[in-house]
Amino acid sequence: MTAALAAGRAARMRVSAALFRRPWMRAVLLLSGPGAWFFLIYLAALVVLFISALWSVEPFTGKLVHHWTLDNFKALVNVSTYRTIALRTIAIAAAVTVTDVVLAVPFALFAVRIAPQRLRAVLFVAVLIPLWSSYLVRVYVWRLILSKDGVLNWVLEKVGLGAVNVGYSNWAVWIVFSYIWLPFMILPVWAAIERVPDSFIEASADLGARGWRTFRSVLLPLILPGIAAGSIFTFSLTLGDFITPTLVGGAGSDFIGNVVYDNVGIANNIPFAAAFATVPLAVMAVYLLLVRRLGAFEAL
Amino acid sequence: MRLAKLDALLGCILLALTILVSACGSSKSTASKLPTQIGKGEGQLSLVAWEGYAQPEWVKPFERQTGCAVHAKYAGSSDEMVALMRQGGGTQYDLVSASGDASLRLIRGGDLQPVNVNLITEWKNFIPQLKSPPHNTVNGVHYGISLQWGPNILLYNSDKVHPAPTSWSAIYSPKYKGLISVPKNPIQIADAALYLSKTNPSLGIEDPYELTEAQLDAATSLLKKQRPLIKKYWALASDEVELFKNGDVTIGAAWPLQQSTLVADKFPVKSLIPAEGATGWADTWMLSAHAPHPNCAYKWINWVSSPKVQAEQSVSYGETPANTKACAYMEQIKKGSCPIYHANAPVAYFNSIRFWKTPVAQCGNGRNDCMDYTKWQQKWTEITG
Repeated sequence: MTAALAAGRAARMRVSAALFRRPWMRAVLLLSGPGAWFFLIYLAALVVLFISALWSVEPFTGKLVHHWTLDNFKALVNVSTYRTIALRTIAIAAAVTVTDVVLAVPFALFAVRIAPQRLRAVLFVAVLIPLWSSYLVRVYVWRLILSKDGVLNWVLEKVGLGAVNVGYSNWAVWIVFSYIWLPFMILPVWAAIERVPDSFIEASADLGARGWRTFRSVLLPLILPGIAAGSIFTFSLTLGDFITPTLVGGAGSDFIGNVVYDNVGIANNIPFAAAFATVPLAVMAVYLLLVRRLGAFEAL
Repeated sequence: MRLAKLDALLGCILLALTILVSACGSSKSTASKLPTQIGKGEGQLSLVAWEGYAQPEWVKPFERQTGCAVHAKYAGSSDEMVALMRQGGGTQYDLVSASGDASLRLIRGGDLQPVNVNLITEWKNFIPQLKSPPHNTVNGVHYGISLQWGPNILLYNSDKVHPAPTSWSAIYSPKYKGLISVPKNPIQIADAALYLSKTNPSLGIEDPYELTEAQLDAATSLLKKQRPLIKKYWALASDEVELFKNGDVTIGAAWPLQQSTLVADKFPVKSLIPAEGATGWADTWMLSAHAPHPNCAYKWINWVSSPKVQAEQSVSYGETPANTKACAYMEQIKKGSCPIYHANAPVAYFNSIRFWKTPVAQCGNGRNDCMDYTKWQQKWTEITG
């Protein structure tokens, strides 16, 4: 019994000694799990995506034709509808990002610098609470708010402003996206503002700068990485979404994601879907290169 | 070979014993492949169906009686149905309630297996036009059993739309700008083509599903002019119901399902088949080539073909049953529903509806210059994108 235990212990010692002498072996063991996950599931999926974008589909039977062709990419460039859809997607993603910055910075500034400790905790919870409920529920609620006989128009009529017609339009898509992704902008900005020492603000005041000047010349450059980090979330999440445009959008609110969804689930043209799916990937690659210069990755 | 013959013979004897049919000879060519009796249920059944085709009203009694648990996936368009039936090599679903514009695509794609009509007790009571219609029977081989049929209607809010419309021109009219909804479905081009065939005879449109390039372009340009008038293209019937209820839309192209749902909620809507006529659908339950639960599938087709369930579905959805015996049951469920839903209508009514079919290059009269469905889909993307 004790002999067996001792033998087992000796074997373990040998293994750990061997690992100690060869650091590369430790690294391989440690990284093989996450590495395999990254390469097999993440990168391999991307490779398959690119390869299948170069195939086509036999129209009547819906069978894949494994024959190399650039037709899918040509259609993306040549058909004006797809250009319109790509531009619409990018433009609304950019508009949502700007809106969320404008809303998040004053909110986080108030919460971090001005609000008393207890109110601060309440505000933090208020930012997070929407994330506990289903995304779909929140979008459907907005559909009811923005519809013609909905809450928004009811309120507007009560206060004497006429009803507006924003339900089922690109305006609705913009409003709902701005609401849904706002917490993802507030949190990194909040963290960035917290990191700015009080002494910087005091020093700025001592040197005679008023509030706006302090914000523009001291605070803003310091929290810019946080804003850039938040914008990665708001921009990429909007770019890849198709549910909100489907539910609250109107005629002419299709996003890249809708075309991809329609081609996979309805037209059964997976190669074309794959080709269009590379557009947001390329846009995000360019975007990430840009925000890296703003230091976004240090603020994540 | 001898075994196969024996099989066929046994099958015929069994059939003759269970149901008194004379049509045994008609299915001789495929009898060796077709099942000759319905075996024990597999306990499960997966359906791809139009919204409203698997209501608890007739699904629950079916499950109790056969022990087949029904899993229904609702699809919003024929394209989606075709895609779903092809997912995972076609092994995910047993049956699809395909309309005429999906059925031929599925048959030619090899996604279906023939069905033995002799195992469907009520098939002999179907209206003659739906026993072996060209959309589900190819070269005498039955790829499905007809279900129900009906027209696509013009639906409007009777409180807000005055005077009552009489023509499809209402959904192309700036008078209702921002208050119109039409289906998000490329086959909608046929509705525009049908309208143009009456309002612009110089185009020479005879069949709204057989369009030359010039005719398709004319329909596309009409629909492009319509787009700024559209509030939303609806993908699910429930979407359009909500649009009507919230006042976002007051007029639109619809299925009878939306009308019966809104009327049940006491919402003021009326509908009509406008002067230009209407497109429509004739649906078929079709069996996947790799159906995992074929016995439950046959039991389901038998169930939904029976006069009582045909009547229940007809009244619930607002469509016309294929089974001529359903009329009496419809009157029991709702007085006067048999004539309302045309269950006793003459053949002329059936022939007045332009049923959905897949547009192909080979159109009538030996011509090959018609635009196929891929072209229709491209045009539809241009219109709505």
